Amino acid sequence: MSAFTPPPLPSDDKRWKIVNGTMRKNGFARHALIETLHTVQSSFGYLDDDAIRFVARSLRVPLSQAYGVVTFYHYFSLKPPGKHTVTVCAGTACYIKGADKLIATAEKKLGIAQGQTTKDGNVSLMVARCVGACSRAPVSLCDGEILGEMSSEQMIEQLERWTVE
Amino acid sequence: MTIEELEQIAKSVQQENAKYDYELNVCMDLACASQGADKLKDALVKAVEASGKKVLVRRTGCMGPCSHGPLVRVDPEETTYSKAKAQHAEKIVAQLGGEPVAELQCDLNDHFDSQVRVVLENAGYIDPEKIDDYISRDGYKALLLVLTEMTPNGVVHRITESGLRGRGGGGYPTGLKWGTVAKSHGDLKYVVCNGDEGDPGAFMDRSVMEGDPHRVIEGMAIAAYAVGASKGFIYVRAEYPVAVSRLTTAIREARRRGLLGNNICNTPFNFDVEIRLGAGAFVCGEETALLASIEGRRGTPRPRPPYPAMSGLFGKPTLINNVETYANIAPIVRNGGKWFFNMGSERSKGTKVFALTGKIANTGLVEVPMGIKLREIIERIGGGVPQGHKFKAVQTGGPSGGCIPAEMLDVGVSYDALLKMGSIMGSGGMIVMDDTSCMVNVAKFFIEFCMTESCGKCIPCRAGTAQMYTLLTRICNGTGTMDDLELLEQLCCTVKEASLCGLGQTAPNPVLSTLKYFRNEYMEHIVNKRCGAGVCNMEQAVEVMA
Repeated sequence: MSAFTPPPLPSDDKRWKIVNGTMRKNGFARHALIETLHTVQSSFGYLDDDAIRFVARSLRVPLSQAYGVVTFYHYFSLKPPGKHTVTVCAGTACYIKGADKLIATAEKKLGIAQGQTTKDGNVSLMVARCVGACSRAPVSLCDGEILGEMSSEQMIEQLERWTVE
Repeated sequence: MTIEELEQIAKSVQQENAKYDYELNVCMDLACASQGADKLKDALVKAVEASGKKVLVRRTGCMGPCSHGPLVRVDPEETTYSKAKAQHAEKIVAQLGGEPVAELQCDLNDHFDSQVRVVLENAGYIDPEKIDDYISRDGYKALLLVLTEMTPNGVVHRITESGLRGRGGGGYPTGLKWGTVAKSHGDLKYVVCNGDEGDPGAFMDRSVMEGDPHRVIEGMAIAAYAVGASKGFIYVRAEYPVAVSRLTTAIREARRRGLLGNNICNTPFNFDVEIRLGAGAFVCGEETALLASIEGRRGTPRPRPPYPAMSGLFGKPTLINNVETYANIAPIVRNGGKWFFNMGSERSKGTKVFALTGKIANTGLVEVPMGIKLREIIERIGGGVPQGHKFKAVQTGGPSGGCIPAEMLDVGVSYDALLKMGSIMGSGGMIVMDDTSCMVNVAKFFIEFCMTESCGKCIPCRAGTAQMYTLLTRICNGTGTMDDLELLEQLCCTVKEASLCGLGQTAPNPVLSTLKYFRNEYMEHIVNKRCGAGVCNMEQAVEVMA
C-alpha cells in the first residue's frame, strides 16, 4: 500500500495551516474529524463546502460522513456569521424567566428569525441550549460577553448600539 | 513525584500563604464574572498595593450563591461580602482587621449551614489554574496513596464499599461498573469522563471543571489504575470554553509535575488524558453516543449490550463516568468507603450537588447530603420563592425528569424517591417554578427540546416526540380536545417503552409528571380554553369558538 499524501491546502490563506496542524497533531486519524471541524469553525467562523471537502479528503472520511457530522451537531454552522452575534440562551432556567420574550423582541427588532443573519450581514441572532449561567437567567451572549438578567429593553438597546455603528 | 515531594509542595504553599495576614478570595465563576468580578479583583489588587497591607488576593471557582455575586470571602475571618463592586475595593481593604464593611455583608448562614461539601470542598479556596493550590489541600494525595499502597482490586473494593452511585443521573453503582471494566479482557482500556452537561438549567459539572479541574483528573487517574486503563478522554461541551481552557492548563500542569504520563510516582503505572470537544448535541450525554462522538462520528446511540464496559471506545473496554462521580473519588479514597457510606440516605449515599435556579431567592450551586428534604433545599437553602409569588413545582432531571408539586416537598432527595415521584435525579438541575409558570407550556418546552435533540435513529423517539409536540401545541393554543389528551397519554407510553436510548425513554417524563400532578391545568386549557398562569396565547381558540 502506498503511503497516503494529504491533499494540498485549498489556498494560501494561513488559516488552512492551522487546520492542517490539528489534523497532523492527530496523525490524520479519522477520529479527528470533529476536532478538525472545530478548528475550521474557530478559524473561519463557519464551514463552507470547500472546507468540508478538504477536511474529508485529508482524513480519508467519505464526504457524506463529514457532511453528516457537520449537520448533526448544532455547534457547526454552514453560514458565515454576521459582524455581531447575539445568542439568547433558551435553557430551562432562562425559559422560565422569560427567554422566549427576549427572542421575540430580538426577532421583531431585527426582522429575522432565530438562526438567521440580517441582510446587511451586521447581526446574527442565535439561540443556545444552555450556556451554564443559569443563576443569572435570562442570559444572552453579546459577541461572547455574558449579560445576565436581561430585559427586553436592554436587548433593544444593545441591538440599537450595533446598528448605529 | 513521591508522597514526600507532594507534602513538600503543600508545605511550601502553606508557608507562602502564611506570609499574608489576610486572604481575599474573589469568586470568578461565570455568574460573578458577568457582574464585574474581574474588575473587582484588579481593583482589590491595586488597593492592597496602595495600602501596604499583607493581603493575598486570590481568584477562585464558584462559591455557590451566585445570585449574591460578585462574592468575596475574607479569610481568616470568613466574612462573606456579596454584590461587591470595584468601587468597594478600597473600603474592603481598609476595613481588613477592623469592622467588616456593613453594606456588603449578607447573612448566608441559613444557606450554608445545611450544606455538606465534599465535591465542592475546594470551591472558593483554590485558584483553579494553580496545581500547587490543589496539592496544598490534599490534592493528588489519594492518587499517590492508591499507586503505592493499594491494589487495583482494593480500589474497586473501596469504591464499592462507599456505595457511590453514578452522578450523571442513572445512579448505576460506580463500584460495580469499575469492577466490570476491571474484569474485562483487553490490552488497551479507556477511561472517559462525561462532561457533556447538555441538560439545560444545570451547571454543576461546569463549575467543578472550571473551579477544581485537578479533582476530576485525579479521580480519572485513580479509576484508570483500578480498571487497568492507560488513556483517558474528557468529553466537554464546546459551549464551556472556560472549562476547556482550565482543564487544558490542569492537564499540562499535572504532566509537568509527573502526575500524568509514564511511570507516575515511580510505579509502572502510565496514564494520560486528552480533551475532546462536544459540538452541541444533547444526545451525546448518552454513553454510546458520546463514544461515537469521540470517534469523530455522528453522536447516535447504539443498542446495548455490548456495554461500553465490554466494548466501548474503538471497541475496547471503556469506563464512562460523570464529572461529579470522578470528583467524589479522591475524598472517598482519602477518607475511606465507610466515611462516605455513612452520609446520605439508605440507598443513596454521599452528597449531591444541585444547581438551584428559576424563581428562587438564592440561585446557585448547593451541595447537600442525600436524603435531605426538598423543602429544606428550596425554603431554607434556597430562601424560598421571591416577590410574594407562590411555589408551584420544582423540576429536576432536565428534559428527562419531571415536575414535583408542593405537596411532595417533604420527600427526601434520593435516586429512588425521585423516580417514584415520576422524575429522576438527573445530573442535578433543580428549577423552581412559581404561579407564573404554566405547566402545560413547560411540558411543551421540554418536548420541543427532545424533538430537536432527538438523533433520529429510532422511530418512537423521532416521530413520537414530534407528534407529542404537535398535540401539546394544540392544547397550549386552545385548540386541543379530550381526544388529543388521550392520544398524548398513549404516545407517552409508546415513546417510553419503545425508544432505543435514554433520551427517548425519558422524554415523556415531563409530560407524564405534569399530567399526574397538574392535570387540572391541562383540563383548563382544553375545556375552558384558559391558561391560569396567563402564559399561553389562546387567541386562536377564541377565533375558532367565534
